[in-house]
Amino acid sequence: MNLLEETASGILRLLQAREVSSREVVEAFLERLEEAEPLVQAFLSVRAEEALREAEEADRKRARGERVGLLEGLPVAIKDNIAVRGLPTTCGSRILENFISPYDATAVEKLKAEGAIIMGKTNLDEFAMGSSCENSAFFPTRNPWDTSRVPGGSSGGSAAAVAAREIPLALGSDTGGSIRQPAALCGVTGLKPTYGRVSRYGLVAFASSLDQIGPLGRDAEDCALCLSVIAGRDPRDATSAPHEVPDYTAHLVPEIRGLRLGIPREYFSRGVETGVREAVEEALSILADLGAEVEECSLPHTPYGVAAYYLIAPAEASSNLARYDGVRYGYRAQAEDYLSLYLRTRGQGFGREVRRRIILGTYALSSGYYDQYYLKAQKVRTLIRRDFDQAFKRYDLLVTPTSPTVAFRLGEKVEDPLAMYLSDVCTIPPNLAGLPAISIPCGFSAGLPVGMQLIGPLFSEGLLLQVAYAFQQATDFHRRRPPLGGVSE
Amino acid sequence: MARLARLGIEGEEADLLVPQITRILEYFTQLEEVDTSEIEPTFHVLPLANAWREDKPAPGLSPQEILALAPDREGDYFRVPRVLEEREAGE
Repeated sequence: MNLLEETASGILRLLQAREVSSREVVEAFLERLEEAEPLVQAFLSVRAEEALREAEEADRKRARGERVGLLEGLPVAIKDNIAVRGLPTTCGSRILENFISPYDATAVEKLKAEGAIIMGKTNLDEFAMGSSCENSAFFPTRNPWDTSRVPGGSSGGSAAAVAAREIPLALGSDTGGSIRQPAALCGVTGLKPTYGRVSRYGLVAFASSLDQIGPLGRDAEDCALCLSVIAGRDPRDATSAPHEVPDYTAHLVPEIRGLRLGIPREYFSRGVETGVREAVEEALSILADLGAEVEECSLPHTPYGVAAYYLIAPAEASSNLARYDGVRYGYRAQAEDYLSLYLRTRGQGFGREVRRRIILGTYALSSGYYDQYYLKAQKVRTLIRRDFDQAFKRYDLLVTPTSPTVAFRLGEKVEDPLAMYLSDVCTIPPNLAGLPAISIPCGFSAGLPVGMQLIGPLFSEGLLLQVAYAFQQATDFHRRRPPLGGVSE
Repeated sequence: MARLARLGIEGEEADLLVPQITRILEYFTQLEEVDTSEIEPTFHVLPLANAWREDKPAPGLSPQEILALAPDREGDYFRVPRVLEEREAGE
């Protein structure tokens, strides 16, 4: 039995059947982590001893026949912009380098309540701003399929860790594609839930009208299991949705006959690599073979998504990041007066991309430019939403590529912020409309994974997971293993 | 703009940032093509309003836990540089 090749759900079944102990599971992943981490660099912190201790406790609970949680004894990793009590929450930033969180995010509290074991915190682009993980103030994470390439971002650490079999399941966050794009580039499954489906309490705020926590795992079943645990209304997040949380795993039936799938042509425009287009088209023919009705459609305002997003998100970020003032927590520069304290603390503490976005956002919100930039972007956002509303009158789900390219090389886009922003062209529109979307592995181009994105109406996670599950029952792209150097069987 | 955002930017970096930001702002001008004269903005995607809860005290973090995170403190206070100028004696 190779534990590393098991999904989270598979591991839980083995634990349940007492065929393996939680200690053995945690040991196997820690051993793997030690071996793969020098190449992948997915983790910012690891809590090995505590994880082993908690695993033993989970084993004792099982041995005594006590009630166990849905995730009892399962190791998980958490993106480092989500608070875990007693662990660093750096957000990949110098400004929070020494910050130890005094509380748990609600999503983390819920994972712990079901018995999950937090193994560590994963790398990200600073404050989740980026599409390659290269904006981490500490080090870039590398793509397990080719370590000269990026894992995508901003949840690049979570995606790479799952792909490299360092962890079976991880949390990420998604503001404009930060779960789905790295999931696509690393060949794993990543779900961005409906805005408000998962509480944002304890997720360090980037763009509050767009941010959402979600799972990255090996397949749709693991994402369904994780979402069932972390979703739900939370009094500590007034924007969390009161809608009842179904058991998403009950939606996992491999049946999609008669389902209407719309293929928006704007997502297959010139910027999409041939290899990506071909893989997605091949996947569409598989969905058609499974009985879905596939039809081309149009979402005419799609081309304006990137511009609207890169006004709205930086505007919200410039306001959210005002809290880093060097007074109550975080990095503080030496200064004689309060103004230089702010200027130096923020100038030295924030990295280049974060500074760029704060300036852009401040500009978009400033007097005289507000109507021209910020308000205009929010109106275009309405049009993008309406495109989706129209489409969902005809179609159950929409299918697109997740990323216009496969994983690019480290350094390729760092000097060209606009080129980097265009990596998010397919993933941004669902965030602007608050819609759930999932990325699943759907093929390969030149040996690198390609992701297919399914987009659904508000609160349609069950249907998204059902289609993803049906596709994964018929294919094995999600089971392929990266040829990571230095890896033993 | 950096000063408005309380960001200290050194001269060399400003030389790099200005053309980058100019290019990004140029990219944004494509939004002018879209007719939004009759369109309301979307600030929030869910039709939620006034999420009330009972005004009941709940356990929170202790002052000690909060203050332990401070980069500089004195007793139970955050220490910061002087904000107001001291008046000269006899003024």
